[in-house]
Amino acid sequence: MTAYLVRRLLWLPVLLILISLVTFALGVYGPGDPVTVMMGLRANPKIIEQVRKEYGFDRPFLVQYFNYVTNAVQGNFGYSLVKYQGQPVGALIAKRLPVTIQLNFVSILWSLPLGIALGVLAALKRGTWIDFIIRGFVILGISLPIIGLMPVLNFAVARKHEIGPLTIGPFLPVGGWEGMFAPHIIMPAFLLGLGILAIFTRQTRAAMIEVMTSDYIRTAHAKGLKEWMVIVKHALRNAMIPLITLIGFVLAGLFAGSFIVEQFFSIPGAGALAYESLLSKDYYVILAFTLMAATIYVIINLLIDITYAFVDPRIRYK
Amino acid sequence: MNPRPAWKETWRRFARNKPALLGLLIIALLLFTALFAPLLAPYDFSKTNLDNVEKPPSAEHLLGTDALGRDMLSRIIYGARSVVFVIIVVATISLTFGLLLGAMAGYFGGLSDTLISRLIDFLFAFPDLLFIFFIAATIKPGIVTQLRTIALANQWPWLTEFVRSGYADYLVVIISLSLLGWAGLARLVRGQILALREKEFVLSAQLVGVSNWRIITRYLLPNSLAPILVAISMGLGGIALSEGILAYLGIGLQPPNPSWGIILSDHVVRYWRTWPEMIWMIFIPFIIMAAVVFAFNFVGDGLNEALNPELQ
Repeated sequence: MTAYLVRRLLWLPVLLILISLVTFALGVYGPGDPVTVMMGLRANPKIIEQVRKEYGFDRPFLVQYFNYVTNAVQGNFGYSLVKYQGQPVGALIAKRLPVTIQLNFVSILWSLPLGIALGVLAALKRGTWIDFIIRGFVILGISLPIIGLMPVLNFAVARKHEIGPLTIGPFLPVGGWEGMFAPHIIMPAFLLGLGILAIFTRQTRAAMIEVMTSDYIRTAHAKGLKEWMVIVKHALRNAMIPLITLIGFVLAGLFAGSFIVEQFFSIPGAGALAYESLLSKDYYVILAFTLMAATIYVIINLLIDITYAFVDPRIRYK
Repeated sequence: MNPRPAWKETWRRFARNKPALLGLLIIALLLFTALFAPLLAPYDFSKTNLDNVEKPPSAEHLLGTDALGRDMLSRIIYGARSVVFVIIVVATISLTFGLLLGAMAGYFGGLSDTLISRLIDFLFAFPDLLFIFFIAATIKPGIVTQLRTIALANQWPWLTEFVRSGYADYLVVIISLSLLGWAGLARLVRGQILALREKEFVLSAQLVGVSNWRIITRYLLPNSLAPILVAISMGLGGIALSEGILAYLGIGLQPPNPSWGIILSDHVVRYWRTWPEMIWMIFIPFIIMAAVVFAFNFVGDGLNEALNPELQ
């Protein structure tokens, strides 16, 4: 176990350095010379030279990278170049992040427990019409493109709409943000949760079917335990273990999902900010967002793997 | 003594699976549409007609016209062409690199395994779709400038024309999708080959002096074909979806290139205004995109069950 932990922990800083190096190189030099990108092709060469000096683009690449990372670690991610010109990127994202976190929290809150419950139900009723319907639903949840589902669902629940600040008739508000307890969250949280629901249903079903046919379940039945005791205490507990590894997928999906959903529902979260900067080519914002998302993702994945190794001893000895 | 070839048996099991057959039919239809788009499309997909905008379906325009008077049916037919092109190229690149590098890592082990596995780990360190967005958004200006410079340096007017017509977008989409695509396959292939490497039939082949290349291509890969096939057919739906999302977000294919994602993003805002009349503009691309992703998932599912009968 110690060897496994040490190996993983040693790899982490290497990975973080690689991630930051590649995102920095792509984010700053991917679009071409950053100063030309900023100033345009017809700018005065003298001014270009001046700007190059001012921003430190005349220094060697590795020095620039090192400066960026030391600043980033202290929470300074550079400045927005386009829409929020002059504002620090770190503060811009920090202001918007709570909205995204709340939205994602609510999305997980309804979909994850429901997914596990549906998965268990499908596994127990395997082969019946209940199983059939749940499986069909899972395929729907995985295949329906969210970019089309958003407008179509909106069309289904909302009846009266006007352009601009969306005003909606009798059913549901389908845009804007009033905190996580307002009905505005229902549509986006529902859409973001659909994928999670589908994946957790599918995996729980598979895991439960595998566990239910194992010997110790037969033993539990044989010693006369009540059915629900067998399911909850013996089967579900073990079926839950592989689900830990899904958390990483969920996270990745949420990062990209908030991007699309926040923009569509005009929710002022970090995803919408990142989307805006993608379109307006505000590279420092995109760079910071990707860097932060990747760092969070890597660290959480590490925690998942360590938890998994603790819970399932077979992993450690691979 | 072999009563029936293995693939026939597999096909028999596959054909019993009705959704998978339906999926195959949809894919065949998609390929047909893409191949014969110029013959099937009644109009030029980018030809605008401002006297005839936002019309509901009629005999002249079977799916109506959009805000610029373009024929929706033609846009959708050419959109199929884009998505098929992207799928084929991305799948070919991913498959080539995934098989080659995955087999190398699994078969030779040692340094090549360490390097390739670490590279894969690194690519998977990013949240996947977000990474694709990031790549697509950052590389485009660079690629366009590079291509222009090459065109100027070599006096290639066709390359200038290529960039000007917006075809560089395809390059952007293909690069950003392939970059991650091969890694998933390589990881799968590596695992398969690691498991097979120590089997007796491989050892005996090595003993009699069969070359490494031949062992990999004739002994190892065919025996690990089943999970690879399943992963590919599931992956193709993902590529189609990603192409649509990139175009929708405005960082993939961009007008004048045709893409279902563009049709959706064109009308997402617009159709609120004149709600019931415009609904087909959202519903039709949505249903077609969903059907394509469904089809690939169903076929993957069907293949999975046909190739692993013990699963049932």
